[in-house]
Amino acid sequence: MAPGWAVPDALPQSRRLIAQAYVMKFSTEMKKEMGILCLVTGLLMLIPLFNAVGPESGPLSVSAFQVSLWGKYLTYAVLAMSLNLLWGYTGLLCLCQSLFFALGGYAMGMYLMLMIGERGAYKSVLPDFMVFLGYQKLPLHWEPFYNFAFTVGAVLWVPGLLAFVFGFLAFRSRIKGVYFSILTQALTYAACLMFFRNDFTFGGNNGFTDFKDILGCNINSDATIRGLFIATTALMVCTYLITSGLLASKLGKVQQAIRDSENRVLFSGYSTTSFKLMIFVLSAMIAGAAGALYVPQVGGINPSAMEAAKSLEVVVWVAVGGRGTKWGPVIGAILVNFIKSYTTHAFPDYWLIIMGGMFVCVVLFMPDGIVGVYKQAKSYFARQRSLETTAA
Amino acid sequence: MSTHHTPLYRDTPLILSVSGVTKAFDGFKAIDDLNFYLEEGELRTIIGPNGAGKSTFMDIITGRTRPDVGSVTMHEKDGRDYNLAKLREFEINRRGIGRKFQTPSIYKSHTVYDNLILSLNKKRGVFATLFYRESREDRERIMEVLKTVRLDTRANDLAGMLSHGQKQWLEIGMLLAQDPRLLLIDEPAAGMSDEETERTGELLMSLENKHSLIVIEHDMEFIRQIARKVTVLHQGHVLKEGSFESVKADPEVIQVYLGRQGKRAENN
Repeated sequence: MAPGWAVPDALPQSRRLIAQAYVMKFSTEMKKEMGILCLVTGLLMLIPLFNAVGPESGPLSVSAFQVSLWGKYLTYAVLAMSLNLLWGYTGLLCLCQSLFFALGGYAMGMYLMLMIGERGAYKSVLPDFMVFLGYQKLPLHWEPFYNFAFTVGAVLWVPGLLAFVFGFLAFRSRIKGVYFSILTQALTYAACLMFFRNDFTFGGNNGFTDFKDILGCNINSDATIRGLFIATTALMVCTYLITSGLLASKLGKVQQAIRDSENRVLFSGYSTTSFKLMIFVLSAMIAGAAGALYVPQVGGINPSAMEAAKSLEVVVWVAVGGRGTKWGPVIGAILVNFIKSYTTHAFPDYWLIIMGGMFVCVVLFMPDGIVGVYKQAKSYFARQRSLETTAA
Repeated sequence: MSTHHTPLYRDTPLILSVSGVTKAFDGFKAIDDLNFYLEEGELRTIIGPNGAGKSTFMDIITGRTRPDVGSVTMHEKDGRDYNLAKLREFEINRRGIGRKFQTPSIYKSHTVYDNLILSLNKKRGVFATLFYRESREDRERIMEVLKTVRLDTRANDLAGMLSHGQKQWLEIGMLLAQDPRLLLIDEPAAGMSDEETERTGELLMSLENKHSLIVIEHDMEFIRQIARKVTVLHQGHVLKEGSFESVKADPEVIQVYLGRQGKRAENN
């Protein structure tokens, strides 16, 4: 990502200065960014560290429950980052992000269900819900999920393929703006209804739960929980690097140009369909990966994970944190879910009102979300100062 | 089909032929048996009252709408012809036709410089852009274009911060960066101050012969400044073609276009 070129000497001085400024800005910004990324990763690593070697009680003790809770927040953060790639940087408000997340989760869930083996309530090799529904043998499409590598592949390609087919049809037909949002929401709703059916072979409304092992390790042991947390952090770092790599490339510029003026991009010789499709598929795969790490940390998945309202929640996280900023979605996802955990416990009836209130406040007063507050404040004080100087 | 429309004698090779084109929207003929020929390197101005079909005409050339009947052909220098009615917008653009919209459409959250990077005539596939590295020639080309449109001191500013006139110039610059054979420019002087309008006129005239240009305009003062050959559109077909003075003096043209303004002036 470091700029691979220096400013050519042949340029006249005036142009040289402009080019120089361009290079300088680019590289110092990159350094600062990487510094922040390392700092955040380091801080997050303290959570499993204190769980492993920290004291049993007191303010510095971290229970396994808290590790998996923060692990869950981080999968949400990655989900928010995947939506930001679409909504924040490409201007596509996608309301099927929770569907991609759930598909990744279901793929991982299938593997985890098969790993229970004969330790289920019915002592059968079949998952409990299949015994309950009277299945004699494992459906064919379940077979490959005994293999962990296949599962990891499926976590990526199942959401990716769905995004590719749906995106191809939608973008080729020039479906844009609010119509795209409505269609993606309809897709999520349809999928949700399908997964609620018992004969769809994915456990109906109970979904998957009661997992025992992942890769031969007890899924409830502290070490596994720490491992999953570290894997989630790694996924977040990867997603961050992919996002900033894209944004630094010309492709990322095309992406943002599509957001600002799609016609101009089209009439500059770019097939906007291919660009949107590529970002859509990438974002679906990232959401799928986040879902796959969510399921073992939460201990189950059911069709309510892909309800239409869930996708809207993701939109709120991104908006609260700061749409079109690199850290905004992470901050928004963690903060909103932290508040949610507290509120649903303390005042269960008011959670939806509080979330709605947050969204309205952000839209009205903080157009760039929490991340944008600093900039807003800075420009406000700058304005105040300039007013004072003109008055004096 | 309508071969009799093709001019028999010509000195300069044609770049664009539009013959017998009709386009109807819900039964209303926005373009009605239109014939239009543009020579290589020509600067053509199109005028016409509202609803004359000027924008639809541009939409048809750039692939935004498809004609119901008729052919739109681009002539390559090597003698090959392309049927534009069969190509998509970005393919037509890659053949060398650039379009400037009526309202400035630029990338407001990119710098002026980045706006031009995106417009350079480079490979524009997904992976080609992902692995694109700016070369020295690219940078020099961008600086050259910026100088042409007088934005060289604003290279690192966000395009959204420019004034309206500067945005219009930036968009023209974005077209130039592609080095197109044919430029379609829709109302470049709209919303510009007199001085900016005059400068825009100078800019367009300096492009003549290097590129072919079609300019749609309303501002009569501006047309007087730049006009060589003027085409008057009325109800979707060509009413008159000729020099600005001859068109302006034509009674039919006065009737449908200038006459209206004249009448309005009388009423006032």
